[in-house]
Amino acid sequence: MSISGIFLILFLIVHLTVNSMIVFDDSGALFNQAAHFMATDPIIGVIEPILAIGLIVHFLFASIITFKNQRKRDVNYAGLGRYKKLDAAAGSNWPSRNMYILGGLILIFLVIHLINFFWKMKFTGDPLLHTPTGLEGDVENAYNLVTTKFIEWKWLVGIYVVGALALGLHLYHGVWSAFQTLGWSNRKWRDIWNVIGLIITILFAGGFAFIPLFVMIQSMV
Amino acid sequence: MALLDSKIPEGPLAEKWKKHKDSLKLVSPANKKKLDIIMVGTGVAGAAAAASLGQMGYNVKVFCYQDSPRRAHSVAAQGGINATKNYRNDNDSDYRLFYDMIKGGDFRAREANVYRAAEVSNNIIDQLTAQGVPFAREYGGTLATRSFGGVQVSRTFYASGQTGQQVLLGSYSALKREIAKGTVTMYERRQMLEIVVKDGKARGIVCRNLVTGEMERYSAHAVVLATGGYGTIYFLSTLAVNSSGAAAYAAYKKGALFANPSFIQIHPSSIPQLNDYQSKLTLMSESLRNDGRVWVPKQKNDKRAPGDIPREERDYYLERRYPAFGNLVPRDIGARAAKERCDAGYGVGETGYAVYLDFEDAIKEQGEKAIRDKYGNLFDLYRKITGENPYKQPMKIYPAGHYTMGGLWVDYNLMTTVPGLFAIGEANFSDHGANRLGASSLMQGSGDGYFILPYTIGDYLADEIKNPRLPIDDPEFEKAEKEARERIDRLMNINGTTTPLAFHKELGKIMWNHGGMTRNEQGLKEGLKMVNEVEERFYKDLKISGSTGSMNQPLEKALRVAASFEISRLMLRDALNREESCGAHFREEYQTEDGEALRNDDEYMYVAAWEYAGDNKEPKLHKEPLNYKYVTVKQRSYK
Amino acid sequence: MKLILKIWRQASPKDEGGFQTYHLDDASQDMTFLELLDALNEKLIVEDQDPVAFEHDCREGICGSCAMMINGRPHGPGEETTTCQLNMKAFRDGDTIIVEPWRARAFPVIKDLVVDRSAFEKIMEAGGFVDVDVSAVPDANTYPVARRDAEEAFDAAECIGCGACVAACKNSSAMLFVAGKVSQYALLPQGQMEGLQRAWNMVAKMDELGFGSCTNTGACEAECPKGVSLAHIARLNRQFLKAGFKKVGEEKN
Repeated sequence: MSISGIFLILFLIVHLTVNSMIVFDDSGALFNQAAHFMATDPIIGVIEPILAIGLIVHFLFASIITFKNQRKRDVNYAGLGRYKKLDAAAGSNWPSRNMYILGGLILIFLVIHLINFFWKMKFTGDPLLHTPTGLEGDVENAYNLVTTKFIEWKWLVGIYVVGALALGLHLYHGVWSAFQTLGWSNRKWRDIWNVIGLIITILFAGGFAFIPLFVMIQSMV
Repeated sequence: MALLDSKIPEGPLAEKWKKHKDSLKLVSPANKKKLDIIMVGTGVAGAAAAASLGQMGYNVKVFCYQDSPRRAHSVAAQGGINATKNYRNDNDSDYRLFYDMIKGGDFRAREANVYRAAEVSNNIIDQLTAQGVPFAREYGGTLATRSFGGVQVSRTFYASGQTGQQVLLGSYSALKREIAKGTVTMYERRQMLEIVVKDGKARGIVCRNLVTGEMERYSAHAVVLATGGYGTIYFLSTLAVNSSGAAAYAAYKKGALFANPSFIQIHPSSIPQLNDYQSKLTLMSESLRNDGRVWVPKQKNDKRAPGDIPREERDYYLERRYPAFGNLVPRDIGARAAKERCDAGYGVGETGYAVYLDFEDAIKEQGEKAIRDKYGNLFDLYRKITGENPYKQPMKIYPAGHYTMGGLWVDYNLMTTVPGLFAIGEANFSDHGANRLGASSLMQGSGDGYFILPYTIGDYLADEIKNPRLPIDDPEFEKAEKEARERIDRLMNINGTTTPLAFHKELGKIMWNHGGMTRNEQGLKEGLKMVNEVEERFYKDLKISGSTGSMNQPLEKALRVAASFEISRLMLRDALNREESCGAHFREEYQTEDGEALRNDDEYMYVAAWEYAGDNKEPKLHKEPLNYKYVTVKQRSYK
Repeated sequence: MKLILKIWRQASPKDEGGFQTYHLDDASQDMTFLELLDALNEKLIVEDQDPVAFEHDCREGICGSCAMMINGRPHGPGEETTTCQLNMKAFRDGDTIIVEPWRARAFPVIKDLVVDRSAFEKIMEAGGFVDVDVSAVPDANTYPVARRDAEEAFDAAECIGCGACVAACKNSSAMLFVAGKVSQYALLPQGQMEGLQRAWNMVAKMDELGFGSCTNTGACEAECPKGVSLAHIARLNRQFLKAGFKKVGEEKN
């Protein structure tokens, strides 16, 4: 769990970097170049299936652990009904107890996300991709596809914001938890990981939510 | 007096144990496998002995009433464990610890046993350290020590205020190791009810399975009781609420002599009783008196807050009365001094039955952090129970029943007067005389368990090899089980209106008032009468609900209370018989002019061992005279 | 103080259990929680009903016997408190208090609030000791231990084996219990020899006995009456991983 998780975080850093180019360049040239590179570079081509495997491993392990762990308590506490919010949560935060649900949300989001963009760029294509980019060579206009969708389908922006939030909460527990599981933690490092986790949470939840919002709002102004 | 052969070896004091060990018979490894030993109780002594015997190759069966051996009440010992390592270079030695214990015990303990306890103390610290017991350390990595009451050297090793827990977990882990190896079999949740004696020898036990309610029989070549003391006859004490002398009493009924039952230590510093609901008193370790100063106001009934009482209006009575030892006087003296002040009307708190234990000066001198490092968990414990912050205001403390020096009479081999029946740890009487010095119960329990019993029991077992295992359908087993069943049925069938707990509370009050910190003839006689009266009512009006065929905690309790009546009576009788004051036994009729204990060495320098003579019959007194060759017997003075 | 107690009653492991409601009109804020149960039982016994079975012994928070879920929290409200130390001042007149046994597949109910915690014993037998014989050991000062390590080892060793960590954990994991032992010995020179094997064996035993795995929620630490830290689980994880690598290496050789 921890190793695949850390691997996926590394991917997310790259992904966020590429996405942020939407914000930094209104013409879309920067983003298109990056997207083109990601789509055609042979090294990325190798990494892509590894990434997919990482994701599957992460998901499978999570499923096994979650279902196994759920079976370790046959009768649940009645006392929790009334006090669930007050007391039982006192020691552990909500995300830590709901990683699988958060992960599930992220997975649903991922499917929507892939159908909308990745699938089209990679396989089916889309008329929006074949608009001029002003760049040399056969570069698809990914920027056009992304921004147009966000402007046309306001609900899509909502899904992205929810997805980003789920991802953030998932990481809030995931970062420290991964290092704890690997034994790279003690009283002091625990605080450090928690701060790093919080930074990553804000960065990723904020970053991934900000981009579609930015595109949408920019179009409305 | 053939009955009381203490088997103390000849020779100079320091060589007795060594010589004795060399003369003890050995059992060959092949034969050890054929010998079964039953261990009842899993405190420090029981767990250590079971682990050692298992390692030696015997078949050991261990019993405890809790769900785990780790819960035995040794776990609650706080302050520490003594050893004569002399790591502080303060000129400590085996002899000094021996002398401190003999003197602390007010010259009522056996020299040879006490010297042996001091002698093995160093091995214990080595052993525990090797087991991974996390003792407190100095910055350089060596073991830290602290001082304790009645002593002028620093020889007490400790693990914060939870030394008992750590020492017990050490022997518990050794026990687990043997269980894993298969040499020891563990039987949890069993209450021992009867000892099976065949041809005069202890050959097994009958116990009740506390989950199923079934009677179970276990046979062995020797039975060891490591069942602790009987301090809960006071109801409120620092002991676990399920601790009792019931097992020792079962042995007494089968012919084991019960020695010095009136020697019960009242610990000077427990958190005072706060209300009538209270089921137990919590100890505040004696180690606190290293840095805490005990005082009461100089004015009677002074209701001012402690902080408002100026220094010159405080009576630091221990420092005043005992300048040489000050706040570190032995427990019996500290306890009585507190009672004296409170009885005279100088006590503090709502009831007037408490004195202050003040850390103001220590915090000023050493800083709060140093105090927190030493006693943090004790301060937290105090705060949790009383809601008061001892860093800011003094603790309120009062004496409470704590430890029983008395117990089953044993010889130098720790065997009772019933061959094959041994008693170790608090369950025997051997090492503490009339008063136990602080940090010596873990020491005695560990010593008996790791290094003494495992050798001495071999001397008995060497002659038992020829005896096959006693089958559990032997008539003696039948008889013992029948007796146990009858006892249970009798209690279950009374069907009265009063619960076992209520009877225990009633008994406790009588014992505290008539056989507590100070005693007198009239009070003791009255107490005897009252105990008889309550016991009579117990067998007429007891109420137990539930069935015998499943877990039944009131029944367990009733069995303990029934034994407590009998032990209480024995205790009062012994106190009546001993017409002197010594150690924890303080007869008001026998005191010096300034209120110290007045011994009568001419007539009472003996161990009083009582023999069961049948129900409703006066027990028979046997005397084991005490001879002191290596110390000068004198009036104990801590001034 | 009037209280309504809803207590789990179950006659035996095989019987079905259920909640019973009891009204106590003469409870006092001066009681501890166990004294409250004592008071209830006194009544039940006199009324010829089976009293509520619960475990208790030292009543000063060190033996680890007492164990119950009070209003959805192991040992009830309050930080670093065992049930026997829980003061009734934590409750108000008219409160309803739900009392249930620990719930975990590895801790089956024996009766009422009493559960079978012998799984902890088996975990201990799988390696919760230093493999040293009685006697024939070096002088205690032979191996110095840094004061900080000794204190950290003590912190780990403070565990009282009550099972609150398992009860609090959504996975019913016993990691904190295991970590207490593994970490204590990992910090001391005496525990080094079989250290990795110990971590491996104790975790394997924990899995085998039906405890869940650790997902680092931290509920155990928050409910631990002795405040045993999650840092010990990190140390256990280090030992466990090292043991895993070592195992792989040894199998190759």
